[in-house]
Amino acid sequence: MQHIIEQFSRSVRAAGATHSPLRIQGAGSKAFYGRTVQGTLLDVTPYRGIVSYEPTELVLTARAGTPLAEIEAALAAKRQMLPFEPPHFGVGATLGGCIAAGLSGPRRAYAGSARDYVLGVRMLDGNGEDLKFGGQVMKNVAGYDVSRLMAGSMGTLGLLLEVSLKVLPVPAEELTLRFDMSEAEALDRMNRWAAQPLSLSATCYHDGALTVRLSGASAAVNSVRKKLGGAEVKDAHIFWHSVREQQHAFFAAARTLWRLSLPSTAASVGETGAQLIEWGGALRWLATDASPEAIRQAATVLGGHATLFRSAAPVVEPFQPLSAPLLEIHKRLKQRFDPHHIFNPGRMFPEL
Amino acid sequence: MNKQELIRQLQNMLPADAVLYEQEDLKPFECDGLSAYREVPLAVVLPETEEQVRDILRLCLRENVPVVARGAGTGLSGGALPLRDGVLLSLSKFKRILSLDPLARIARVQPGVRNLAISEAAAVHGLYYAPDPSSQIACSIGGNVAENAGGVHCLKYGLTVHNLHKVRAYTMEGELLEIGCEALDSAGYDLLALFTGSEGMLGVITEVTVKLLPKPELAQVVMAAFATVAEAGSAVGEIIAAGIIPAGLEMMDKLSIKAAEDFVHAGYPLDAEAILLCESDGTPEEVAEEIARMQAILSRCGATSLRTSANETDRLRLWAGRKAAFPAVGRLSPDYYCMDGTIPRRELTHVLQRIAELSEEYGLRVANVFHAGDGNLHPLILYDANQQGEFHRAEELGGKILELCVEVGGTITGEHGVGIEKINQMCAQFKETELQRFREVKLAFDPSGLLNPGKVIPSLHRCAEHGRMHVHHGQAAFPEIPRF
Repeated sequence: MQHIIEQFSRSVRAAGATHSPLRIQGAGSKAFYGRTVQGTLLDVTPYRGIVSYEPTELVLTARAGTPLAEIEAALAAKRQMLPFEPPHFGVGATLGGCIAAGLSGPRRAYAGSARDYVLGVRMLDGNGEDLKFGGQVMKNVAGYDVSRLMAGSMGTLGLLLEVSLKVLPVPAEELTLRFDMSEAEALDRMNRWAAQPLSLSATCYHDGALTVRLSGASAAVNSVRKKLGGAEVKDAHIFWHSVREQQHAFFAAARTLWRLSLPSTAASVGETGAQLIEWGGALRWLATDASPEAIRQAATVLGGHATLFRSAAPVVEPFQPLSAPLLEIHKRLKQRFDPHHIFNPGRMFPEL
Repeated sequence: MNKQELIRQLQNMLPADAVLYEQEDLKPFECDGLSAYREVPLAVVLPETEEQVRDILRLCLRENVPVVARGAGTGLSGGALPLRDGVLLSLSKFKRILSLDPLARIARVQPGVRNLAISEAAAVHGLYYAPDPSSQIACSIGGNVAENAGGVHCLKYGLTVHNLHKVRAYTMEGELLEIGCEALDSAGYDLLALFTGSEGMLGVITEVTVKLLPKPELAQVVMAAFATVAEAGSAVGEIIAAGIIPAGLEMMDKLSIKAAEDFVHAGYPLDAEAILLCESDGTPEEVAEEIARMQAILSRCGATSLRTSANETDRLRLWAGRKAAFPAVGRLSPDYYCMDGTIPRRELTHVLQRIAELSEEYGLRVANVFHAGDGNLHPLILYDANQQGEFHRAEELGGKILELCVEVGGTITGEHGVGIEKINQMCAQFKETELQRFREVKLAFDPSGLLNPGKVIPSLHRCAEHGRMHVHHGQAAFPEIPRF
């Protein structure tokens, strides 16, 4: 496998020498996300496989090209899981793409995000140097947390080679309940419930129905169920899978999909189109043709930010622009990690 | 600019009692929790508004004066050690809880607010702030963010970095950075993760927004005694393998047990080689189920005795020994030096064996307390500073222990930070090309390099010097570094 890294390193050095951009790609399942990159394809999928997995240490290390499905299967065999429930968005989705995109699924509001579970990375910087940050242990404060910085950086700071993640046991029991209510009621209910120890592990509100998943010890799940009431949803894993993978009818019908990340208690975004709410109110998906300016403005006023997640005509900046001081720091970090601007230039912001 | 002129200018922007410059006023600030290192700063400033912080930083930048920020001064790695020609910026007057929203489960606090004060303020709503470093009655949240502080409940509830929404901070240039927001993520790079644990080298924190969690209904603890450390270690692995994530999972070795028992009379068995404290929290049903499962595993793994807390008083008594382990060990010896490495748990028996050998070799006793759930080891080296050369030996032994942690795949610091203390061991953990990236992260935030200089990241020269002293398997430790 070392020869593949050497090959990657040679490609990076060659690209740096000629200032020719590289388009880093795993399975391409998230190619729709972010800005379009012009550049030579750097296919990470050959560098694949689980490097180490020790269930009793709750730590898994795998190469960036490893399919998420392979990792999830290895974990499931030991009754463990990736707690952030990452969306795949396509067949063959890789670990590298998952961490670079930094996206998390339904469990995120209750268990933490992709970056929360990153313990360490091995990566190539813009000079083709093979670097390691973080490690394979849960508590590690040696040096700056470069490994978590890589999560969600869209491949603009370096080429991920290996990622170490903290994993958790699969909950002994899961149960999904459904309640009919208005959006305002649902927002209030989700926040009130989250402030109590109720074993919540996912929430979704759409079209007058609030769906809530409980996870934990059997005794706990059953006692919470009695407390909350509601109707039990059968085969709920199919529902949560459809939300996570955006195969739910709401997403299928959305031509332009906005992702609003807001404080969980933020008021309703209003009647701008169809909506699906996750993460206890902190994530609001909007299918709308409203103007990008209006949506960004609404998200800002509500204390969050808006991403144009999917669009038939990607003419708008997908990510909310940064404040001037933060953009300056982003540019300096990019310059330091990728001095020749070869890693996915412009994938996130035009300046990076 | 000379010292008098700098002080005069600081006095122009701050109330008279917020600028300290007389030797006797400066003395209390000469060290943090790592008292073996001391340095009296040029001046201490105690601003109370963001504007004052900004103006101090701008003045110091203009005059090329280094600045070290300080919270409660409880840090254990010398991260807040002042510089003789620098200004020490104390955030101790920033001690207000600005807002607490029980529905959103968010508290916005100033950096000087004590860790425990947040949980106390949230308690009326049935909420708390999860990370609980042992010093939580004294340490401040700003310092917690700077160090990415941990505690005994990290395995289940995470570190500081997992429990933050937002930080407001000023760069050395006096620019306000708002990193993160009250949503669960922000656009751009995850600067919040990068900033957390940056040990005051990237910016001065002036406000922190933390997550609050619902307080579990019930907590219960099982204490298990073992005849060997190896059995205790394998019991920890078995609990995790059974799919249990205990709220707390702590181990103490024989010397720590004895010290703690003599000190607080927690009821620990003195004949045990190791004890485990395994805590479960949640709903009463959940706790009952989990405690029963843990008891069964502990027995199967050879526990010689088990004791389960019958009520809250009993639970706190069982924890009292562990929480007081540092001062208890302090009673055994005039001085002790607290180390902080993390190892993969499977290496525990080997590492404790090696520590025992090193202890013998250096002629210094070592007591071990261990956050067993997450692999974070705190060896306490006993020494007497009044004996010629003992501190030096303790420091060298500590360095060896940290390098041992790296050797088995762990890290030189789990939660105390690098500061000035472990700067040499950074050379053992990272290659020069990696250290260079750290230097560049620092420069991206602080091009002047004036914010807490000389901490965390060793210079190339320092690594070469240190590396030369440690030749491993007949090979120089850092072959890639150009040497002479």
